[in-house]
Amino acid sequence: MGGGPEGQGGGRNFPRQRIVLREIARQRSATQDLAEQTKVGDALLRGLIRAQLALALRLSIVVGVGLGGLPLLFSIAPPIGRTTLWGINLPWLLLGVLAYPFLFVVGYAYVKLAEQNERDFTALVRRDS
Amino acid sequence: MIPSPYVVPAIIVVTLATVAIGAYGLRLARTTSDFLVASRSVSPTWNAAAIGGEYLSAASFLGVAGLILKYGVDVLWYPVGFAAGYLALLLFVAAPLRRSGAFTLPDFCELRLRSRRLRKLATAFVVFIGWLYLVPQMQGAGLTLNTVTGASYLWGVLLVGVLVTASVALGGMRSITFVQAFQYWLKLTALAVPVIFLLMAWQASQRQPISEPVFRQDTTVVVQHPVRLDGAIVPAGTEIRFEAGDPVPRVESVPRNDGLRWLVPGGQSLFATYSLILATFLGTMGLPHVLVRFYTNPDGRAARRTTLAVLALVGAFYLFPTLYGVLGRIYTPQLLMTGKTDAVVLLLPGAVLGHGVLGQLLGALVAAGAFAAFLSSSSGLLTSVAGVLSTDVLGRGSVRDFRLSAIVAGAVPMLLSSLVSGLDVSQVVGMAFAVAASSFCPLLVLGIWWRGLTDVGAAAGVLAGGGAAITAVLLTVGGIRAPGWMSVLISQPAAWTVPLAFTVMVLVSLATRHRLPPTVSTTMLRLHAPDALRL
Repeated sequence: MGGGPEGQGGGRNFPRQRIVLREIARQRSATQDLAEQTKVGDALLRGLIRAQLALALRLSIVVGVGLGGLPLLFSIAPPIGRTTLWGINLPWLLLGVLAYPFLFVVGYAYVKLAEQNERDFTALVRRDS
Repeated sequence: MIPSPYVVPAIIVVTLATVAIGAYGLRLARTTSDFLVASRSVSPTWNAAAIGGEYLSAASFLGVAGLILKYGVDVLWYPVGFAAGYLALLLFVAAPLRRSGAFTLPDFCELRLRSRRLRKLATAFVVFIGWLYLVPQMQGAGLTLNTVTGASYLWGVLLVGVLVTASVALGGMRSITFVQAFQYWLKLTALAVPVIFLLMAWQASQRQPISEPVFRQDTTVVVQHPVRLDGAIVPAGTEIRFEAGDPVPRVESVPRNDGLRWLVPGGQSLFATYSLILATFLGTMGLPHVLVRFYTNPDGRAARRTTLAVLALVGAFYLFPTLYGVLGRIYTPQLLMTGKTDAVVLLLPGAVLGHGVLGQLLGALVAAGAFAAFLSSSSGLLTSVAGVLSTDVLGRGSVRDFRLSAIVAGAVPMLLSSLVSGLDVSQVVGMAFAVAASSFCPLLVLGIWWRGLTDVGAAAGVLAGGGAAITAVLLTVGGIRAPGWMSVLISQPAAWTVPLAFTVMVLVSLATRHRLPPTVSTTMLRLHAPDALRL
């Protein structure tokens, strides 16, 4: 890690440091590329959007299969509807109770993974030489 | 039912608490920005409770249990979908929408697609969905007051309507944020505490099994309208006596009365089930009063965390209506015959625990919760309808315009609900979800994730999908039934109107590529760049 911009303020206590212009130029460029929407910045942003959308779609498939598959399952295999667990019919247990923690877990996973995507992106953009 | 002496005081306490918290907020509300989005200074915990309080309406508090009592396991998709809607909102909309910085849905349209005309169209849909959702709220209030106090239906509508309109006009959303958060916890308590006593009573009665609905005591039923009971027509004025243990006869207008079929899935067609799933999963993100809350988050990350908290709060709430519906099957089967199944939550404490002090106190608590449900949902809806009316139709968004708009926005559904009292609460709310899912959901999802969306494409998709859904709503509300297989397309339209909206939006956008807004890259950067970068 080279000299951060905060090191250039010129405080007397800082040790003397060589500044290579090329490094500063590269370090500033990714953020500027984004802000000024150069081709590089555009490609970076498209990558982030694609990653976030892919994450959202993957988790929608999890819910689509896990919850959305239930009506189909109940209709092609009626015995499942009559199966009881602790005296309660399975569909009641699945839809009345378990669906909610399932949705929350998927949501929790999304928040964690989406924030990770954003941290990765921020690190990529801010990375200096 | 004997009116409990505690009901009226309980409702008055809820009303006073609402007004008091509203007044506390009123002293803080000053500028237009304060009125509309509470100056974006609301913490995620408050915000999540407020969203939950606003969202859990009469349809959730009373309607879901009533539906379960009537139809059984198939309608569990309503509460699951009402909660899952927040997951869809979290995955596709929450953070980018907050970062867009728009106040309302029409703002988002203008910001993303730079079109004043699209903004007007979105305004029309916000107002339509808002009113469609407000009418059953006020009707539910009328019905509740009628059931628990014997007061007339019209008084209930007027009381809630005037109270809510005045609170919104005077305090704006700032006060409502606190009111809504308070009301979430009130609603949860009002369902959770009585259910503990109900389950204890059920346990004490050797866990009476759920079987064919039977009368638990000698009951006399007076027929008020001619009905078809078990196939035979019974004229009005007939008195029928049932003894304890007699099976509840099947009323023609109340389907699926028999014991076993209520327990197992398959009572409705797969198309209807998937249509319902699509409408509720995707409709939440298009409800104007839900979206407006996202602007009160400080940034995109907070918006995500708030949504996750809402998912937990709403999911916890929906565990209870199911229990009421199931216990209602055992203790209040006569509702299946009278058709007033929406009253099951209100009547259960009295029916199970008797009319002693405990039963009456818990009955009053439930009634207070129901009242809170009407107050909070209608004030949230009214705020968003008044918000778009004041900025786009009636004025330029000043505080005075907002107050005037609130009065107009409240008067129309009050008038409508005093005219039509025959609509089914949960069904109309479901239709509002279908309209939202077929109009704003594609607009938001494509607007946020696809650069290729154009203003013409968005307008065409909203008109095609939303228009088709609105037509289906009007046909259903008007009581017009299509023949054969077409009837399910009209009563549960989302499974075809949502794909229609998406398809039209994409195809027309591709055909009008020359109209792509030049600002699309800047907008996309703003929607998706992480908050930490502060670009």
